[in-house]
Amino acid sequence: MIRLSNINKTFRVAKRKSGFGNAVKALFSREYEKIRALQDVSFTINDGEMVGYIGPNGAGKSTTIKIMCGILTPDSGECDINGSNPWKQRLRHVRDIGVVFGQRSQLWWDVPVIDSFDLIRDIYKIDENLYRRNLDEMIALLDLSEILKTPTRSLSLGQRMRCEIAASLLHSPKILFLDEPTIGLDAVSKIAVRGFIKKINAEHKTTVILTTHDMQDIEALTERILLIGKGRILLDGSLTELLKRSSANKILVVDYNGNVPSLNEHMSLVEQKDGQISVTFDPVELSVSNAIAHISAQVEVLDVSVSGISAEQMVAALYEEYRI
Amino acid sequence: MVRLYLKYFAINIKSQMQYKTAFFLHLFGRIMLSFATVAGVWFMFLRFNRVEGFTLNQVLLCTAVTMMSYSITEVFARGFDIFPRLLGNGEFDRYLVRPRGVIYQVIATHMEFGRLGVFIQAVIVFCYAIPNSGIVWSPDKILTLFLMIICGAAVFSGLYIIFASFSFFTVEGLEFMNILTHGGKEFGRYPYAIYGEGILKFLTFIIPLALFQYYPLLYLIERESSPLYILTPLLSMFFLVPCYVFWKIGLRHYKSTGS
Amino acid sequence: MALFRIRFSAGLQYRAAAIAGISTQFAWGFMEILAFMAFYRSNPAAFPMEFSHLVSYIWVQQAFLALIMPWGVGGKVVETIVNGNISYELARPMSLYNRWFFETIADRVSRFILRCAPILIVALVVPEPFRMTLPPSLPQLGMFAAAILLTLCVVTAFCILDYISVFYTMSRFSGTIFVITADFFAGGYIPLPFFPEPLRKVVELSPFGAMQNLPLRIYSGDIAGMHAVRGIALQIFWLAVMVIIGKMLMKYSLKRVVAQGG
Repeated sequence: MIRLSNINKTFRVAKRKSGFGNAVKALFSREYEKIRALQDVSFTINDGEMVGYIGPNGAGKSTTIKIMCGILTPDSGECDINGSNPWKQRLRHVRDIGVVFGQRSQLWWDVPVIDSFDLIRDIYKIDENLYRRNLDEMIALLDLSEILKTPTRSLSLGQRMRCEIAASLLHSPKILFLDEPTIGLDAVSKIAVRGFIKKINAEHKTTVILTTHDMQDIEALTERILLIGKGRILLDGSLTELLKRSSANKILVVDYNGNVPSLNEHMSLVEQKDGQISVTFDPVELSVSNAIAHISAQVEVLDVSVSGISAEQMVAALYEEYRI
Repeated sequence: MVRLYLKYFAINIKSQMQYKTAFFLHLFGRIMLSFATVAGVWFMFLRFNRVEGFTLNQVLLCTAVTMMSYSITEVFARGFDIFPRLLGNGEFDRYLVRPRGVIYQVIATHMEFGRLGVFIQAVIVFCYAIPNSGIVWSPDKILTLFLMIICGAAVFSGLYIIFASFSFFTVEGLEFMNILTHGGKEFGRYPYAIYGEGILKFLTFIIPLALFQYYPLLYLIERESSPLYILTPLLSMFFLVPCYVFWKIGLRHYKSTGS
Repeated sequence: MALFRIRFSAGLQYRAAAIAGISTQFAWGFMEILAFMAFYRSNPAAFPMEFSHLVSYIWVQQAFLALIMPWGVGGKVVETIVNGNISYELARPMSLYNRWFFETIADRVSRFILRCAPILIVALVVPEPFRMTLPPSLPQLGMFAAAILLTLCVVTAFCILDYISVFYTMSRFSGTIFVITADFFAGGYIPLPFFPEPLRKVVELSPFGAMQNLPLRIYSGDIAGMHAVRGIALQIFWLAVMVIIGKMLMKYSLKRVVAQGG
């Protein structure tokens, strides 16, 4: 169980001004600017939950993750992770967590991956049987058997990320922090990584906290999302709920034979090219079946698809709504 | 903990052996570099015979002790020397999320064996200076020499830790530490006393480089007979206390600012 | 010239580093002088140059270090060779040798400008016997200027030979041995007058004698008159030799790179 209450964090940032005179002045005295990175951040995450932590760059995502990992100490507030305080009981706390920083490697660059794994086993004092079991599981799930003997420097980004995730799970952590785990990966690797995270969560009840800019990660993995902007938690809720709420408008795409159909007063045109028309409408004013009926009465319908807006569009709308 | 250290040791060797040419070129370059220093000392003595009453062979003992101590530090405490890099690329954050001591990880993760070149050069100089110094190598003298080298490595490591601790606050302007680390080694080719009273006091009471080099040397060459001089290197170990405190302050600063 | 300006402003950004660097170099020079002073005390008669000449030698050395040290400042150059980006460089119209030559000089000059003046000013006002003296005469100062410019060119030509060796070893440590040799025999560790007599004479004629040895000694008047003129002529000779060798080796090595497909 993760519980954060009223976490505050302020950074002092040196102001840099341009110009030679100011540069000389800055040598002797600096002006500082206070940036409130986190303001009264509170949330609770239960064991086995998967949570997507989203927000634009600089919103405070990594600061929160760093606090939960024990890398940063907040100015004020309480944090309890499985009974430990991350910054006061570092050694006890970090045994229970696994961390993947998407753009940084924890593997030794020039030696085979398995050597890095073996070293991690000794660092965490992982019991030999448990280590074997975990390793076998990773090899099977992440398809590592071919690459374990390869030095990290020769791996593709996708292969490396699979190894990074495996490395963070060898000691069976109760909580897994993933900081942009799919950044820069190709489509196939992304799908593999997502599938794996899902399995680990399902089988081991590992709590997963994921930051990402890729909304497909969120759609594929997490039911709950936390939205942070300008250091405040703006939204904490279920993804489906949110999608339902904000996808008030439906998009209807119809392939047809015949003249261009006319729309009624509830519909508005999105796009019209030969043989295909896209319209949008509010399902409260006009039901989906009535909308389709309205068009099929005028033309021969070949194909129909109805969709809500995507998570991507929804998040963009949320950023807009909160002006972040 | 020792077993894990050996593991780290092995993986460091394995990594560096991936680039054998670079390794040997580096090693050989380092030998040459310290050889130039030794040659400089030698040329000076061809002309002057003595400095402040010390003969060439006595001075060479000094040179070798300082070089060996420094080289041990350079190889085994390298992580502190490249510490700004560890902060910059996030490697240090990784140490913080692992259930091991942070200093332990800094030391264990980075060993650079190419830097053993200075060590090898020091061994060569010892081979020449030990038999030619005219010192009767009784057990107390051997103990003294041993303490000089070990405690020297401790003092240099302390300086490295100070350097690393500074980089928690800023990475600009760290070059001034050079005069103490690299400079301490280079100027330690002569007994620190030749630089005059003021420098000697500084190197005794502030940065105790002279405690492992100059004072025990006086005992080795029998200018001083009090056995207390055997123990002066141990005194220099107290230097590690303020270094550690400074490190802790730096680490706390880092954890509250993240930069 | 544009190349020059970019490098220069890049160097300017690290002002705090420059201040730290200046104080380090100053402390370094001070310690060196103290060491020589100890030797002077133990036997003044054996001292091969006037003590004030030595003091000037060391301060000028520290102030002009960036111009005269044989250590390469071309970390970037070496990197392009090792990682293979050299093939892009080859696509540019300018001769690679000239490009490296002027880039290296620009790098050195930008470092030098930041550090030189403060060191010289402090060295001129510290109390005796640490005070640096002014050159004995105006013509002597002129010869010093010529010699230091030539030294800059000679060490740069030398550095490029070091870069070329990277083609063969693919390691940044490849030239270390030559660089150390050069540094030592150019008087980087101890000035040449402190060398044993027969060796000194040979080294003074070698390319290494045409490096920092010459300007540092001309400055104080340790080398003057015809000796200085002859030294400068020797510098020109060695510069020509090194540039020619460098250009030839470069041509040959590049062929190799191209043959290997970059």
